[in-house]
Amino acid sequence: MLDQSFYTKTDEILSKYPAQERSLIPIIHEVQEAYNYVPLELLPYIAKHIGITETKAYSVASFYERFSFEPKGKYIIRVCDGTACHVRNSLPVLERLREELGLSSQKKTTDDMLFTVETVSCLGACSLAPALMVNDHVHPAMTPDKATEMLKTLREEDAKS
Amino acid sequence: MTERISSREQLNALRDKYTAAIEHEPVRILVCAGTGCQASGSLAVWEKMSELAAGTEVSVEFGAEIAHGKNFPAVHKSGCLGFCEQGPLVRIEPLGVLYTKVKPEDCEEIFDVTVRNKDIVHRLLYKNKITGEECFNQDEIPFYKGQTRVVLRTCGKIDPESIDEAIAAGEYQALAKALFTMSQEEVIKTVLDSKLRGRGGGGFVAGKKWQQVAGQPEKIRYIVCNGDEGDPGAFMDCSIMEGDPHRMIEGMIIAAYAVGAQEGYIYVRAEYPLAVKRLNLAIKQATERGLLGDNILGSGFSFRLNINRGAGAFVCGEGSALTASIEGKRGMPRVKPPRTVEQGLFGKPTVLNNVETYANVPQIILDGAEWYRSIGTENSPGTKTFALTGAVRNTGLVEVPFGITPRKIIFDIGGGIRNDKKFKAVQIGGPSGGCLTESQLDEPLDFDSVKKLGVIVGSGGLVVMDEDTCMVEVARFFMEFTHRESCGKCVPCREGTLRMLETLERIVAGQGEMKDIDELRTLADLIIHTALCGLGKSAPLPVVSTLNAFPEEYIAHIQDKKCPAHVCQKLKQYIIDEAKCRSCSKCARGCPVQAIDGKPKVPYVINQDKCIKCGACQSACPFKAIYVA
Repeated sequence: MLDQSFYTKTDEILSKYPAQERSLIPIIHEVQEAYNYVPLELLPYIAKHIGITETKAYSVASFYERFSFEPKGKYIIRVCDGTACHVRNSLPVLERLREELGLSSQKKTTDDMLFTVETVSCLGACSLAPALMVNDHVHPAMTPDKATEMLKTLREEDAKS
Repeated sequence: MTERISSREQLNALRDKYTAAIEHEPVRILVCAGTGCQASGSLAVWEKMSELAAGTEVSVEFGAEIAHGKNFPAVHKSGCLGFCEQGPLVRIEPLGVLYTKVKPEDCEEIFDVTVRNKDIVHRLLYKNKITGEECFNQDEIPFYKGQTRVVLRTCGKIDPESIDEAIAAGEYQALAKALFTMSQEEVIKTVLDSKLRGRGGGGFVAGKKWQQVAGQPEKIRYIVCNGDEGDPGAFMDCSIMEGDPHRMIEGMIIAAYAVGAQEGYIYVRAEYPLAVKRLNLAIKQATERGLLGDNILGSGFSFRLNINRGAGAFVCGEGSALTASIEGKRGMPRVKPPRTVEQGLFGKPTVLNNVETYANVPQIILDGAEWYRSIGTENSPGTKTFALTGAVRNTGLVEVPFGITPRKIIFDIGGGIRNDKKFKAVQIGGPSGGCLTESQLDEPLDFDSVKKLGVIVGSGGLVVMDEDTCMVEVARFFMEFTHRESCGKCVPCREGTLRMLETLERIVAGQGEMKDIDELRTLADLIIHTALCGLGKSAPLPVVSTLNAFPEEYIAHIQDKKCPAHVCQKLKQYIIDEAKCRSCSKCARGCPVQAIDGKPKVPYVINQDKCIKCGACQSACPFKAIYVA
């Protein structure tokens, strides 16, 4: 059972949009932004409010790569594996991050919920390849060593906050 | 209080007022704040510049960013200047000087030397890589010399977060011209006569779409902008949305007027947060100014604009999938006809063009179809923006007239191949495209010519590959991408791409057989002819194109079990150079599968049968004695 606060927050989000099918994706975006993931329990609630079936809401939410039903870490690291990054060696950067954090293509989030590592098709920073994005901030011209350094900085930043 | 503009005269007066204000800025410092330069740290440079400007009396009170009274220099964030490789970029007007790779600690010197004394900080100028000459301004840099800027003409020169600057730069003039001096039919005719073709990949004549929508009996119509630039290796639309959002919005309003649409949607990738932010701001400002919403410029015409964010599905770049996504459904293509112009968004007639196409419209309305056709080639008029990336010296955003040769783009504008390597191929059109080889570099680049070479212009990604790139691995990479992004609705794409991917994975792992090549061709043929949507139909193209251009690389992987570019991990052979080995045993201790044997004073040897090609020995060796064959 989700805490009542989840529903209160969701009500707040729902009130911003017309109760129609077309509002579904923007609503899921906002829910994900609020919690870093989409709590599965909220989907029937949202579906009922905008007048669609639960299955439909689930089929949409599960279709889009960006929506996650699993909680994500505080820092979401999206390693770009677009063409430009790929030919400039983005894979070693990804491998280093996974190695340092004990993650894999299946296990994407650290147990302390600090980091999530995923790949993304293109960040649009191709001229500074290979690039990665931490939350909304793009880091250019990465190397495995710079990735290690970056994790250290993020950990320090977290310790301070 | 924002002034609402309710007539053409008022728009002109405002343009003149803002232009005068800009001219009064004694010094104008533009710090590039595109995604690339921000990533390189341009915001810190902007902050430092603003700080310095605040305390210095040389100029101004214009612009959203800084207003410190008279005689202070104005500091603005600008859109993408394109030369991302050299970022953060800082441009100082009226001198026109362009500084590259600027750091916050350089700002004081720039302020002292350039802002106060109108002199040059030579060490921050771009130096011509071949001649070594200093380039004082943009026009002297070879990267910019070969370009023709139509869509990007104001990008990088104005602050994209200020509608005042856009108005001063002449934006929304075309809208006023269309609304007050042209009929809807005349607007459509102008766009039709200009032969503007869709920049999203297909190259369909934009005016035809408009004409068809205008001719539908249904009166509720929509304008949709495809900003779901999903091709990996492409960021042109991103730069336009971030750097000059009003130009594109103006193009959409003109389209709406022409076809009689009441509402529009911009569909943007969620991976472009800065573009989303700036578009939202631009729409808000335009609405406050009366350039969007009810009774635009007092003309009686009304149009509303919404933004929808994508959610990481490549297939949503396909028209019918995109409209499904806006409707709140799974982004899956549907069978056509009916086409989007007949039954598009919410089942209504819809004009669907991409960002760059709309951004071309205002200038066509202002300067006419004939002017537009004077640029580019007869059947592909105008310019095209390309994202030039990969193994090229100058990476960045370029805009060139159609008909230019790939050689000019890569070697003149791009400065040739990085680290003096040899050119191998250039990948054009992303996962739906293919590669052009050395012998094709002098062919003209336009919609029809490249089609004859078996590739497409696509949205405009140009990824340059050098001798160190394995083309089989590149084909595998694209196939992995299209397979992952396949929506799963039709079998040829869902299953066909998987089978092709499995075959390619076998080949790069050294387990390929010669019959695999025939199988790849058969599957490709099948998918091309039977997949449901354009993305599926074009998914096999990177494989077909590399098979045609580099058959010897496939054969080397299959028959000789070798990767000529030494890229494919499983085909690498790690060998210890006897002359360099000091028998320190570090490699043997680092090997996870005990594949290395040796005794003191005798060179160590790798047992190739046991070796898993992980490369641990190579990184462990202090004498660089281990190489890859």
